[in-house]
Amino acid sequence: MLLEVDRQLAKVDHAAHTEDLSHLEHVRRRHIGRYIGAAAILAIALWIILAFAHGQVEWSVTGRYLTARAILIGVGNTVLLAVLAMLFGIAIGVTVAIMRFSANPIIKWAALAYVGLFRGIPSLLQLLLWYNLALVFPTIGIPGLFEWRTVDVMTPFVAALLGLGINQGAYTSEVIRAGLISVDDGQYEAASAIGMHRLQGLRRIILPQAMRVILPPIGNEFIGMVKWTSLASVIQFSEVMHASETIYYANSRVIELLFVAAFWYLAVITVLSLLQSRVERYFARGAGRAAQSR
Amino acid sequence: MNPILKAIDVRKSYGTFEALKGIDLEINRSEVLCLIGPSGSGKSTFLRCINQLEIIDGGALWINGQLVGYRRVGHKLYELSEREIARQRLATGMVFQRFNLFPNKTALQNVIEGPTQVLKLGRRQAEATGRELLDRVGLAHKCNAYPIELSGGQQQRVAIARALAMNPTLMLFDEPTSALDPELVGEVLAVMRDLARSGMTMVVVTHELGFAREVASRVLFMDHGLIVEGGSPEQILNSPTHARTREFISAVLS
Ligand SMILES: Nc1ncnc2c1ncn2[C@@H]1O[C@H](COP(=O)(O)OP(=O)(O)OP(=O)(O)O)[C@@H](O)[C@H]1O
Ligand SMILES: [Mg+2]
Repeated sequence: MLLEVDRQLAKVDHAAHTEDLSHLEHVRRRHIGRYIGAAAILAIALWIILAFAHGQVEWSVTGRYLTARAILIGVGNTVLLAVLAMLFGIAIGVTVAIMRFSANPIIKWAALAYVGLFRGIPSLLQLLLWYNLALVFPTIGIPGLFEWRTVDVMTPFVAALLGLGINQGAYTSEVIRAGLISVDDGQYEAASAIGMHRLQGLRRIILPQAMRVILPPIGNEFIGMVKWTSLASVIQFSEVMHASETIYYANSRVIELLFVAAFWYLAVITVLSLLQSRVERYFARGAGRAAQSR
Repeated sequence: MNPILKAIDVRKSYGTFEALKGIDLEINRSEVLCLIGPSGSGKSTFLRCINQLEIIDGGALWINGQLVGYRRVGHKLYELSEREIARQRLATGMVFQRFNLFPNKTALQNVIEGPTQVLKLGRRQAEATGRELLDRVGLAHKCNAYPIELSGGQQQRVAIARALAMNPTLMLFDEPTSALDPELVGEVLAVMRDLARSGMTMVVVTHELGFAREVASRVLFMDHGLIVEGGSPEQILNSPTHARTREFISAVLS
């Protein structure tokens, strides 16, 4: 039955091919669905914008506070914390990823335990734990050599840096491990064959190639980190979220100041995304057309 | 004269599978040894044992009179550290079937990576030597090309230059032409022929019997983890004594 239909179609097709078609008018397909879809999206967008414009939001207040001194300092603190915590996380991540490949079973287990522990506890909780470290360790240092009171050392900034960085390290180590695995075994062997020892090969040959696989997710995590820094507001670190809160506690302009914070998060993250694609292009050297395009 | 390479009863197993069942061999300076044999006979495994990409389970290997992988103190053999093994590997250069060039480095960067990072030569000196080596393999004009921009034959010639840059006493080739299109095989073999003429000691795993006939000083036939027979190219390729050798050669030639 179906076969019969196929055969007839083929016949029609064949006839069309042999006829001269050059004088016929070409009619493009009409994508009516696209127009309807676009119109719907525009309508929804317009509705949302109007709702915000006519809602109980004093946009002039938002505009005024965008560049308020306290807010700008908050933005600076957010960026500083995010960058340092991320660097810290990457340093830990690389170390732990390499530990996972160690021939020494104890080192391997330590790495596994670290990842398991810090991925398993909510970041907010970790921040609070670091901030309250003094309850467990009243002093830190090397006894006899130097010693500090923990409450002096564990400032909101240090607690946030440790909490976010160490937590990030657990995730980053998995990303880096995936990157290391993705590099062809032949590359390890070629590095060995020119006399490199393991760490040298990893650093000079394997990691730079793994970067291609590592960078997109790391960029993603960096963006996540910028937003995670808002957790530091609960331990009174004056990043942008905390700065906004402090202001709206005083003047009750809650939604206006939340928009201020939202604006700055978006701005920082947009800049980061642009940076990311540049760095990715750098590590795509020699990687072939698919990876290099754009 | 001491042999460059000496192997006594070298054994290697993967789990319960014996890939090498006792290899005895001596290679003298400037000899070109061609290893032939069917797939799975242990040719690659033997090369990888020579430069310690695999650790042997039994027997012993010496390169330039130096025991491979161990240090003898009194009546004991102490396993070398990973860094000492890396140092020993400098005596051998390895050329892989799949080239294994570093894809994120240009041809010249590939060649100077070892000299600058491992031998700690100055960049300028390493680059000068690197350019000479690339010139020697006919690729002076491709110094700044990335591997992906090179043909298979060109990549393999860069790989040979990269191995030579470490000044090895022994060059190991594992089927250097079998990943190449037929028309590219010649240029790589030509480079290897020149290298052999210059007096380099070489162990070449190959299915190119023409190359073996012309360049080899000795041909060894391996099967099932053992050297079945060895001798001059004429002897092995024209009148092998073992039936298995004869079958293999006629299969390759047909
Ligand atoms: N890492 C490994 N684990 C387990 N078995 C292995 C491993 N490497 C090699 N072998 C086995 O050892 C045997 C010898 O392998 P080898 O690669 O040395 O053969 P070959 O002579 O080089 O063959 P070919 O001509 O196909 O390259 C094969 O049977 C192979 O399956
Ligand atoms: Mg092989």
